[in-house]
Amino acid sequence: MERQKKFDTRGFIAKYGVIFGLAVIMIFFTVMKAKFLTMENMLNMLRQTSINGLLAIGMTFVVLTGGIDLSVGSIVGASGMFAALAARNETGIPWYLAVCIGLLVGLLLGMINGIVISYLRVPAFIATLGMLSIARGVTFMASNAKPVPGLSQGFLKVGGGSFGIIPIPILILTAVLIVSYIVLYKTRYGRYVFATGGNPTSARVSGINVKQITCSVYMVSGLLAGLAGVILTSRVTSGLAQSGDGYEVDAIAAAVIGGNSLSGGRGRLWGTIIGFLIMGVMNNGLDMMAVSSYWQLVIKGIIIIGAVMLDSLNETKS
Amino acid sequence: MNLLEMKAIEKSFNTVKVLHGVDFMLRKGTVHALMGENGAGKSTLMKVLAGIHKCDSGTVSIMGEKIDITSPRHAQELGVAMIHQELSPIPEMTVAENIYLGREPKKGMFLDYAAMYSDTEKLLASLKVQINPKAIVGSLKVADQQLIEIAKAISLNAEIIIMDEPTSAITNKEVENLFAIIQDLKDHGKGIIYISHKMDEIFRISDDITVLRDGVYVNTWKAADIDNNTLIKNMVGRELTEIYPKTEVPISDVLLEVKNFTRGEHFRNISFAVKKGEIFGIAGLVGAGRTELMHALYGLDKPEEGEVIFDGKAIEVKKPQQAISKGIAYVTEDRKQEGLVLEMGVGSNITLASMRQLSGSLFIKEGREKTIIDEQITSLKIKTNGAKQLVKSLSGGNQQKVVLAKWMIKNPKLLILDEPTRGIDVGAKSEIYKLMCDYVAKGNAIIMISSEMQEVMGMADRILVLSNGRAGGELARNEFTQEEIMKMAVSHI
Repeated sequence: MERQKKFDTRGFIAKYGVIFGLAVIMIFFTVMKAKFLTMENMLNMLRQTSINGLLAIGMTFVVLTGGIDLSVGSIVGASGMFAALAARNETGIPWYLAVCIGLLVGLLLGMINGIVISYLRVPAFIATLGMLSIARGVTFMASNAKPVPGLSQGFLKVGGGSFGIIPIPILILTAVLIVSYIVLYKTRYGRYVFATGGNPTSARVSGINVKQITCSVYMVSGLLAGLAGVILTSRVTSGLAQSGDGYEVDAIAAAVIGGNSLSGGRGRLWGTIIGFLIMGVMNNGLDMMAVSSYWQLVIKGIIIIGAVMLDSLNETKS
Repeated sequence: MNLLEMKAIEKSFNTVKVLHGVDFMLRKGTVHALMGENGAGKSTLMKVLAGIHKCDSGTVSIMGEKIDITSPRHAQELGVAMIHQELSPIPEMTVAENIYLGREPKKGMFLDYAAMYSDTEKLLASLKVQINPKAIVGSLKVADQQLIEIAKAISLNAEIIIMDEPTSAITNKEVENLFAIIQDLKDHGKGIIYISHKMDEIFRISDDITVLRDGVYVNTWKAADIDNNTLIKNMVGRELTEIYPKTEVPISDVLLEVKNFTRGEHFRNISFAVKKGEIFGIAGLVGAGRTELMHALYGLDKPEEGEVIFDGKAIEVKKPQQAISKGIAYVTEDRKQEGLVLEMGVGSNITLASMRQLSGSLFIKEGREKTIIDEQITSLKIKTNGAKQLVKSLSGGNQQKVVLAKWMIKNPKLLILDEPTRGIDVGAKSEIYKLMCDYVAKGNAIIMISSEMQEVMGMADRILVLSNGRAGGELARNEFTQEEIMKMAVSHI
């Protein structure tokens, strides 16, 4: 068979199109608004995006195994609320313990998801849909549906503080990204995640504990949702029962825009980064241009569908 | 005038040319075999004819009329029906619904189920097939599903019927039945294009034979004018001195002993022993319980009764992990469904079962992994652009080698091969046989399940024949005859 090394334009666009998409959007906003491409605004944008970024990374783990986690928004709410209850000035609990409580709540809820999905064999869509409702209900009960203000100074720094000029949430996101990259691409566990999503039967025959892997990705997603919940609560300076509502949509959107296949096994972490950056830049830029939030929803929807179209272009090619 | 004439067909995918000006013709009332190794372009050529792919250049004429086939539906209207190598029924629907999919008989605006079922019954009866038209297709055996695909093609009243490996999953008796059907179709003046790797079938039923190699048209012969060896030589482009390179290997102690293995209706009271240095064949008809037996041995299913003694110790295997750690490896029957992760690279697939050995406390040892992968690619002659190439883009033979490499690097004492050469070409087959011989020469043992009688007889030292879930008998190498194996295979039916 002769192989000419001709440039495969369509394949290239399908694979790297999202990067150009991001570039085009950035150029557009830069041209339209002088204040867009400034250090101050970029840092602001990244800080706003960090919550969705964390959720999208967790979602990537889940999506890689062919699952989905609809409960992340509610887990953000629940973990944020329990962290807030612990971080109130009157409790005297140090800020780091309050953070840990938030993380543990996220991890626990994620673990329940994982167990129900992998060991009790409830489809991920249903299990996490159930958790979406349960976690939200628990959050309202824990707070009597009232805001929980008066959080300790240390706790408020987690979402509101900066290190030099860089807001702490951006540092946290960066750290999580680096760790996730290493876990997914440099460890045995990461390889198993890809294999489980690509073909669970082959993975099982190869001696991989598929149930354990499946369970674990929901724990990762839950833990990162817990982290996002802590940051969000600290940022808004009080525990709110409705916080995080609907966040799962943006997280799934970021993963999908980044080219992660919802059927599992095919995905990339850098795509997710581009995915949540596109979402963040759009929110920020459209806000600056004073586009109504209703229109923003419409535009967001079009971007999600467009990105997946690019992806299926890639699929039909092979 | 020929029923079909394809001239100078060219086709490229992306930048890779897979058909280089291929010619093909089909006479009325004949069977024309299309031969070639995997990747030779047979399926692509047929997909052009069936309207699934559009050719880049070249002409297709049906009954002397030049035609531009635009879609599968268009091909159907022109009288071309294709029975695919990989089945495509809708498992949740009934037999009749599948056969009449897209052209359901109607009464006014509603479906006429009564007519659909009675027509299907007549159709199946005319093919001497005993399948209930109301059965759900997914609940049928693969062999029956294949027969339904054939029935569907015939019911389309096609003039040209393409059969792509129609006998890959059906039993000998059903093959006879299929050949009778083909004869009948010939008598009615239909033309049949027959793709198969099985030489004996080709010589039995075909009138003409065309060989493709690497997308190039080699030649067309009258079947009577060519012999087996010349045909193979033309397919692989070289002489195959030995298809079964069986070597004498010293056979020593018993490695595996299975006693009274039973799992419900799947298999009952099966006992056998495999010695080091031995290739132990398991033969039987499709559905005899061979794969199920291996699943239980490997921990994919749970046996209800029975004992396994491995390397002198009684073992209990509940999960594949346990089997692997004991030194048992399993190359599954269906490499795409159970052997490979298609979306991963060649390299990651090869090391998938060895990650534990290839990672430190935290990270994968990438340098060592790469060395091992490169070694395997070279020693197994896997044709690939590199370790990162997705395994789904390899040919069947190379995919199978990837699965073999995955287990060989673990050096298992017992390697179970379930249909190790299904659907792969002669050249790759021969290479895999060679690997098997080398492997047992190192004092390991192989259990080989195969539906190809020639293959088991060519490679095995002993054969256990299963029949309907029961032991039909065991034969030593000097006792192998096709008749004896067949007799045992049907002994419990």
